[in-house]
Amino acid sequence: MSEALGDIAAIAKVEFIVALRNRWALLAAIILILFAGVLSFVGGTPGAAQHIDRLTLSVANLAALSVYLTPLIALLLGFDAIAGEIDRGALPLLLATPVSRSSVLAGKFLGHFAALALALGVGFGAPGLIVGMAFPGGDFIDLFRLVATSILLGGCFLAVGYIASAFARSSALAAVLAVGAWLFLVVLFDLALLGALVADKGGVFSRDVFPWLLVANPADAFRLYNLSALDLGVYTTGLSGGGGALPCPPLTMLVSLGVWVVAAFFFAYLAFRRVKP
Amino acid sequence: MTAVLDMQRVQKRFGPVKALDGVSFSVCPGERIALLGHNGAGKTTLFRLILAFLKPDAGSVKILGASPGAPSARRAISYLPESVAFPKNLTGAEVIALYARLKRTAQRDGVEALERVGLAAAAARRVGGYSKGMRQRLGLAIAALGHPKLVLLDEPTSGLDPQSRAEFYSYFDHLSDAGAAIIFSSHTLNDINSNAGRILILKSGALVGDGAEASLRESAGLLTTLRLRVDAAQASATAARLGGHVNGDGRIVIECAPDQKVATLARVMAAGEPFQDIDISDPSLADIFRAYSQEKRG
Repeated sequence: MSEALGDIAAIAKVEFIVALRNRWALLAAIILILFAGVLSFVGGTPGAAQHIDRLTLSVANLAALSVYLTPLIALLLGFDAIAGEIDRGALPLLLATPVSRSSVLAGKFLGHFAALALALGVGFGAPGLIVGMAFPGGDFIDLFRLVATSILLGGCFLAVGYIASAFARSSALAAVLAVGAWLFLVVLFDLALLGALVADKGGVFSRDVFPWLLVANPADAFRLYNLSALDLGVYTTGLSGGGGALPCPPLTMLVSLGVWVVAAFFFAYLAFRRVKP
Repeated sequence: MTAVLDMQRVQKRFGPVKALDGVSFSVCPGERIALLGHNGAGKTTLFRLILAFLKPDAGSVKILGASPGAPSARRAISYLPESVAFPKNLTGAEVIALYARLKRTAQRDGVEALERVGLAAAAARRVGGYSKGMRQRLGLAIAALGHPKLVLLDEPTSGLDPQSRAEFYSYFDHLSDAGAAIIFSSHTLNDINSNAGRILILKSGALVGDGAEASLRESAGLLTTLRLRVDAAQASATAARLGGHVNGDGRIVIECAPDQKVATLARVMAAGEPFQDIDISDPSLADIFRAYSQEKRG
């Protein structure tokens, strides 16, 4: 057990160093800062709801941004984790050592997760902190919640990226699968639900199925958790607006995200086990 | 003595292709074995079976009595793939530290391994700036970590210049001295004579040759050649007297079994002919390889 933990720590350290040195974490943080900065200072104009403080509005805007950008960044980091090693021919050397495949995958995940957490923490945290300090009155807990859950959302999609990587076994195909996963889980899933809602016209689907489908999708679970925790009043609409409309306590959304991380990692491991270096 | 590796009647197919066909051999500690065969003959498949990357369809593979993939087997084996790749942004020291950890050996062993392959001065440099020869030496340093009992090197000198190849093979001594058996595949036959005590020849998945170079030469029935130069006008008559023939460049060629080389030379010299030059050549490893890979069972 201690050997496995040592292996995991050694691989995680290397992956984290590589993510820092190849400028991945820096680039991801810069992209997030640019988007988040624009949204915080331009998009956060509290004209529509003057009773809402500037930081809360910024966090709401950042949550809407994070739903799209965090999965994309995490998938970009994850899709190459195994397929890239296969393409470069690095996997046989690694797997010829006594290290187990579960340790290899766990080490990669922890290293990538740490780099992702750093990028998201800086990318969302810095603009949020500046807004919060420039316009006092907001609650920094909202910002902390956003950053923490964004990191959890990133963990989900990092593991989904690993599934694509282990399943595809070539970087090109893994990239296609990763983009497909982003399109389906982040964009098309919501569009499909919207279509179903319109067609259902307030029927059983709208009342009993739709809310749970939202909870089951990591991107929607993230959005619901963050927006339901913010005091946005009339500024927000529909199910995103408040915990009262949800079919379950907000904590369920966090559980959903956690289950996604564990389940996706497990499926990635199953796919990785089948890889013949 | 317990065999480091024992393969018995191992078969592996990829669809209709027989990658390995009834391969049997054993390896003792400290042996240096060259694995020869054309591309696709089954060399890499053999390594992948030993490493448990693949499972045999039939037959058995044992590493120090354990099955491939067993913890004891994984600790006993080191492997260097043909095209070894490392993260470009890591330094040599960081790479060796990672593998020292994964191979359950002390970090100072990694430092010593780098020194042994001549990379101590480059340890702080990123691997992305290493030459191919340096990357291969780093790979060999990794292969030497953890006191392996069996070292598998797949085309380790592919793409290296002669000087780098010679340096690479010189590092074998340390592994052999530590009791490790080495199996290496190579297409550069000239390098093998002095670096392998035993040669395995694969052809279309079948093991068609197994032994020291001399015994392979003998069992292949290849002949030693004496080439004698005399005055051109005398060549045909002299060749007829000595039982040889004249080749294209005017030299007399006499062939004999390798173990009859000295006796044949004595007979030729006793004839008292006015020779201008004598050249004696045993069949080369290339000749042996050609004989086994073309004529023997495939």
